[in-house]
Amino acid sequence: MPLKVKQSITRLKQLPKTPTGIAGLDEITGGGLPNGRPSLVCGAAGSGKTLFSIEFIVRGAIEFGEPGVFMAFEEKAEELTTNVASLGFDLNKLQKDGLIKIDHVHIDRSEIEETGEYDLDGLFIRLGYAIDSIGAKRVVLDTIENLFSGLNNQAILRAELRRLFGWLKEKGVTAIITGERGQGTLTRQGLEEYVSDCVILLDHRVINQISTRLLRVVKYRGTVHGTNEYPFLIDEEGISVLPITSLTLDSDVSNQRVSSGIPALDKMLGGKGFFRGSSILVSGTAGTGKTSIAAYFAHATCMRKERCIYFAFEESPQQIMRNMRSIGVDLKADVDKGLLQMHASRPTLYGLEMHLVDIHKKIKRFKPKAVILDPITNLVTIGSVSEVKAMLIRLIDFLQVENITVLFTALSLNTIVNEQTDEGVSSLVDAWLLVRDIESNGERNRGMYIMKSRGMKHSNQVREFVITDAGLDLVDVYLGPEGVLTGSAREAQELNQVTGQLLRNHALTRKDLEIKRKRTVLEAKIASLQEEFESVQDELNKAYIEEDMRKEIMEKNRKQLTDSRHTKNAGNGKK
Amino acid sequence: MAKSSKTAEKKVYKWELRLYIAGNTPKSVTALVNLKKYCEEHLKDEYKIEVIDLLKQPQLAAGDQILAVPTLVRKVPVPIRKIIGDLSNEEKVLVGLNIRPVKK
Repeated sequence: MPLKVKQSITRLKQLPKTPTGIAGLDEITGGGLPNGRPSLVCGAAGSGKTLFSIEFIVRGAIEFGEPGVFMAFEEKAEELTTNVASLGFDLNKLQKDGLIKIDHVHIDRSEIEETGEYDLDGLFIRLGYAIDSIGAKRVVLDTIENLFSGLNNQAILRAELRRLFGWLKEKGVTAIITGERGQGTLTRQGLEEYVSDCVILLDHRVINQISTRLLRVVKYRGTVHGTNEYPFLIDEEGISVLPITSLTLDSDVSNQRVSSGIPALDKMLGGKGFFRGSSILVSGTAGTGKTSIAAYFAHATCMRKERCIYFAFEESPQQIMRNMRSIGVDLKADVDKGLLQMHASRPTLYGLEMHLVDIHKKIKRFKPKAVILDPITNLVTIGSVSEVKAMLIRLIDFLQVENITVLFTALSLNTIVNEQTDEGVSSLVDAWLLVRDIESNGERNRGMYIMKSRGMKHSNQVREFVITDAGLDLVDVYLGPEGVLTGSAREAQELNQVTGQLLRNHALTRKDLEIKRKRTVLEAKIASLQEEFESVQDELNKAYIEEDMRKEIMEKNRKQLTDSRHTKNAGNGKK
Repeated sequence: MAKSSKTAEKKVYKWELRLYIAGNTPKSVTALVNLKKYCEEHLKDEYKIEVIDLLKQPQLAAGDQILAVPTLVRKVPVPIRKIIGDLSNEEKVLVGLNIRPVKK
């Protein structure tokens, strides 16, 4: 039925791809190089074409189990082996194991005399033999343009090249052809006519004395590919290309909160700290303690047994560790435990893009949960403000996808708070802490403002930020009658309050004493009055008693008198 | 030089030539024919021609660094010289092999 047939072909076959194994390249090309077809890698001298192709072969053999053949027209096999030994590729062992085959084709013009018609079947046979002997799926011809310098007859040569690429396609091998960049053309000898399924251009540019290696997929038939120039770097593991970061803003976000290391700061941030996977900017003028805040954050991350990487662009790790010890943070212990990695490099060491690639690599290798960049303002020495912003956007994107919390420190150039400061990063980050100098009474103190913190309730108060031997702390500011008081003014105010209290206390005690004294006096008075009262009473009593006694005595006297009268009457006193 | 007979004695040839071909293509046949002709003419009895078919022995291509076919390699006398093509240009072949043409 025609309808059924239609349905089966709407699921169109996508172009099958061969993964290269080169970090980042497979993402850019959407899977790798086109399978079974030749691709052209061109570039100026020293741009890394041979390295690219040898890595393609070696990784194909080691990681994907696809043996490969490397036809070298320029270097001898031994030279090649020594040259790539520094990358950790042991070509001798791979050859012995039958995983790769390196064939050196030597063309010496002085040896050759061309007489009559010929074709390049010898090359085909050699290649075919090499491919069949190990069952190769990958082939590299580096660099086939040497044939042009060896053989005169251009017509035959070009015809044979065309035949060669057709033959390679028939063999079903994925091939890389390298070519030297020409003036105005992709390759000097115009190989791009024949190899046009995929063309990759490698470039090595020097801008402002900084060199950057760039890769561009010029053409890729049958695939949507990134068309920009991607920086890559060559180091002891081979080539790493900076992959496309997800420019679609649809990464998952976490609701978890992580502490900043300073409890008072966590309290200001809704009580719990920053969101995991968010980006934080700490900015301030020189000497306001940004590195200290960053170190606290690093230490807090390590205390939670999570890994952290600290990228320092201004100070050396030893310097930072020593300085932080003076405020009571021991970063060395974290480094020794393997939870903290510190990497320092001057921004001018390489270009902006290379820094990004380098950061990517280190993060991918160490898999931290938090990353610190201190400071980012130095990066403007190697790029314009917009370039730095672009680089930071890419970095933040990448870290958000990986759910890694990142903290940037940035230097503000003046004490006036800019609304859009620090390379425009302030609009990208989720939380912005500003440490500002508050100058008053002839001294400068630090105040911390939380300018913004997305997604959580945060305090809008300015807190004074103190750095002591015991560490960092945030202190409440005093609102005196003159306004915000910090530093010694605050201390003076505190003292004032304390003395006021003391005085009040003192006053109270004095009043107390007075009352006590009054009381005693009154009590004494009462006592004396009472005594008086008693004495008066006594007197009154005495009077009564006297009266009674008089009465009694008079009675007695009367009685006696009466008695004596009675006894006188009875006798005439002569006995 | 004594003519080589079917004896155990190994003859030392002044000229050792090797012709690499890839199957019996017209070019290869032409080259062989031409080669035999030149050798008979100028190198009478002092030569030895070896024909190597790369389709049958592909691994030998790497040893002599053979790219083009047909290729004539002059192994002896040293230095090694290679002539590619069907050898139709006699003068170039003789110059290439450094053969002094026998004046007829």
